[in-house]
Amino acid sequence: MSLECTFTAGIGTLDLTVDLTVGDEIVAVLGPNGAGKTTLLRAVAGLHPIDTGRIAVDGAVLDEPASDVLVAPADRPIGVVFQDYLLFPFLTARENVAFGLRSRGIGKAEARRRADQWLDRVGLADRADARPGELSGGQAQRVALARAVVGDPRVLLLDEPLAALDARARSEIRRELRRHLTAAGGARVLVTHDPVDASVLADRVVVLEAGAVVQQGTMQEIALHPRSPYVADLVGLNLYRGTAAAGVVTLDGGGRIVVADRAVAGEVFASVHPRSVGLHAEAPAGSARNHFAGTVAEVDALGDRVRVRIEGTVAIVAEITSAAARELGLAPGRAVVASVKATEVGIYPA
Amino acid sequence: MLRTASSPPDAARPRRRRDPATRVPWPVVALASLGVLLFALPLLGLLQRAAWSDLWSDLSAPAARDALRLSIECSLWATLLSVVLGVPLAWVLARGEFPGRALLRALVLLPLVLPPVVGGVALLYAFGRNNGLVGPWLYDTFGVQLTFSKTGVILAETFVAMPFLVLTVEGGLRAIDTRYEDAAATLGAGRWTVFRRVTLRFLAPSLAAGAALAWARALGEFGATITFAGNIAGRTQTTPLAVYLLLETDPGPAVAMSLVLLAVSVVVLVALRDHLFRGRR
Repeated sequence: MSLECTFTAGIGTLDLTVDLTVGDEIVAVLGPNGAGKTTLLRAVAGLHPIDTGRIAVDGAVLDEPASDVLVAPADRPIGVVFQDYLLFPFLTARENVAFGLRSRGIGKAEARRRADQWLDRVGLADRADARPGELSGGQAQRVALARAVVGDPRVLLLDEPLAALDARARSEIRRELRRHLTAAGGARVLVTHDPVDASVLADRVVVLEAGAVVQQGTMQEIALHPRSPYVADLVGLNLYRGTAAAGVVTLDGGGRIVVADRAVAGEVFASVHPRSVGLHAEAPAGSARNHFAGTVAEVDALGDRVRVRIEGTVAIVAEITSAAARELGLAPGRAVVASVKATEVGIYPA
Repeated sequence: MLRTASSPPDAARPRRRRDPATRVPWPVVALASLGVLLFALPLLGLLQRAAWSDLWSDLSAPAARDALRLSIECSLWATLLSVVLGVPLAWVLARGEFPGRALLRALVLLPLVLPPVVGGVALLYAFGRNNGLVGPWLYDTFGVQLTFSKTGVILAETFVAMPFLVLTVEGGLRAIDTRYEDAAATLGAGRWTVFRRVTLRFLAPSLAAGAALAWARALGEFGATITFAGNIAGRTQTTPLAVYLLLETDPGPAVAMSLVLLAVSVVVLVALRDHLFRGRR
C-alpha cells in the first residue's frame, strides 16, 4: 500500500511543493500555522486540485493535470478525519459512521451493522444513539475516526486530530489514538503543529514550512539535528547556520563558534543545548572556547530552573538554576557573557 | 449595626445602580412613543371595528370566500414557484463566481423596493398578450394568456415574493460551513447526495423562513396583481383586492378579511422570531 504525492499547489500567497511517498506506516506532517499542511491533505483528498505533478494511490492516478486526470473526492479510496471532526450535527453517532456506507450504496441494515461494529471497536457502543453535541471531544474524535475508516480506505488522513481537545484529556486520548491508528494499517498521514503528537503518533515525521518540506526522519533524528529555526525552537535548541573551516564556524548572522570537530568544512548547522551554556558576569578565564557577550532580553522561570534569552552578536538561550540566576542578579538589560565548550557544540552539514 | 444571622442574604447586597449608558434620554423616549403610536393606533382601529360575533358569517360571504380561496391557492403556488426558482438563484448568488454578480443580485432584489404597481406595469409589457415582450409569442405558441388570469396572479405574486426567499436562502447558504460538504464528499457522497443529505439539512431553517416570508408577502400582494391580472371576481380577485373593493359597499367582510391577513402576518412573525431576530434580545 502506498500513497505517492509529487506535486505543487497554490492557495492564496502560498506555493506548496510536496514530494512524499507514504507506505504502510504513520507519517506526521509537522509545521507551523500557514505552512500548507491542511492544503496538502485537501489535495490528497481531492478537495483542492493540484497545479502540477501527480497524486497516486497504489499506482492508480488520482490527480495529474498533465494527463487531465482528476478523480472526485467521493471516488477516492481515502478516509479523512477533519479538524474539529465535522460530525454531522443532525445525525446520531451511528448515522454519522454509516453515512459513507449509505452514500456508497450499502443497504440500511448492513450499514448499521458495520457502523455499530466500528463504534464498538472504538469503545463507543453505548453512545451510538448520541448526537455529536452530546459527545465529549475525545468521543467525537473516535466517532470521526470510525466514520473515516468504516469504508476500509487505503489511505487515512487526519487533520490536527488532537487540536480540539483540552490539555488534560490530550495525553490519554493521544495514546488511545495511537492504538487505533496502529490497528488501522495502510498509509496514514496526520497533520499537526505539536511535536509531541508527531513523536507519539507517527513512525516518521515530515517537517513542512512555508509550503516546502524542510526535513524528514524520525522525531529523534529531527530533534537531534534540526534544520530550521522553527524545528530548533520546537525542541528547544539553539541553532546557528554558517560555514565551517578548521574547527571554526563563521556564522551567517555574524560572530563565530569554535567547535571540536576540525574535519568538518563547508555549510553547516551548529546546535547548542541551553543546558550546556554557562553564564558569567564577565568573561571567565576557563576552558570554554566560546564566549558571547550580550544583554539579557528575557528571563523565564521553569520550576527550579531559569531559561535566559541573551541578545548580542550571537543570540543564545541558556538554562541555569534559579539559585545561580539570583546570584548573578539576572534581569532584562543586564550585561552578561555566555560560555560554551567547543565539545558541547553539535555540528552537521546543512 | 450588627447584622444577625437571620437577616435575608439580599439585605446585605447593595442596590445595583444602573449603567448610565443604558438610560435612554427623554427626547428619544418621546419620539419613540409617537412612533409606537403610529403602529399601534391603526391596529387598535382595525380591532375595535371588527364585528367579532359576525366574523364567521362575514368570512363565509361568497365574495370573501372566493377571494380567500383564490388567495390561498395562488399564494401557495407562488411560494412553490419561489422555492423552485429562488433556491437555485440563491445558490448562484451565494456560491457562483462570475462578473456581474452584484448586478444580478440587485436585479433580483429590485422588486423589494420597486412600487408594486410599477412591477405590475412592467409585467404587463413583458407578458401582456397584445403588447408584451414575450406575451404574444406565449399566446401564439402555447395559447397561454397570463394577463387577467389566475396564472397571472401567481406570476405577479411570485415577482414580488421571490426576493424574500432568495435573500433568506442566500444568507443561509453563506452561513453553512462548507467543510461539512467536503466531509460528505470524502465519504463517497456525490453532488446530489451532498446537497440532499448535508446542504439541505443545514439550510432547512433558512428555507422555511424564506418560504414563510415569501408566502406572507404573496398573500398580501395588491399593486402588481391588480395592474397585471386585473380584478375579476372569482378569477383574479384576491383577498387584498376584495378588501379594497368591499370597503365602500360592505365593510363587514372587508374588515373580517383584514383580520385574517393580520392574523397570518402575526403568526408568521412569531414563527420566525428566532430566525429574524437572532442575536438580539
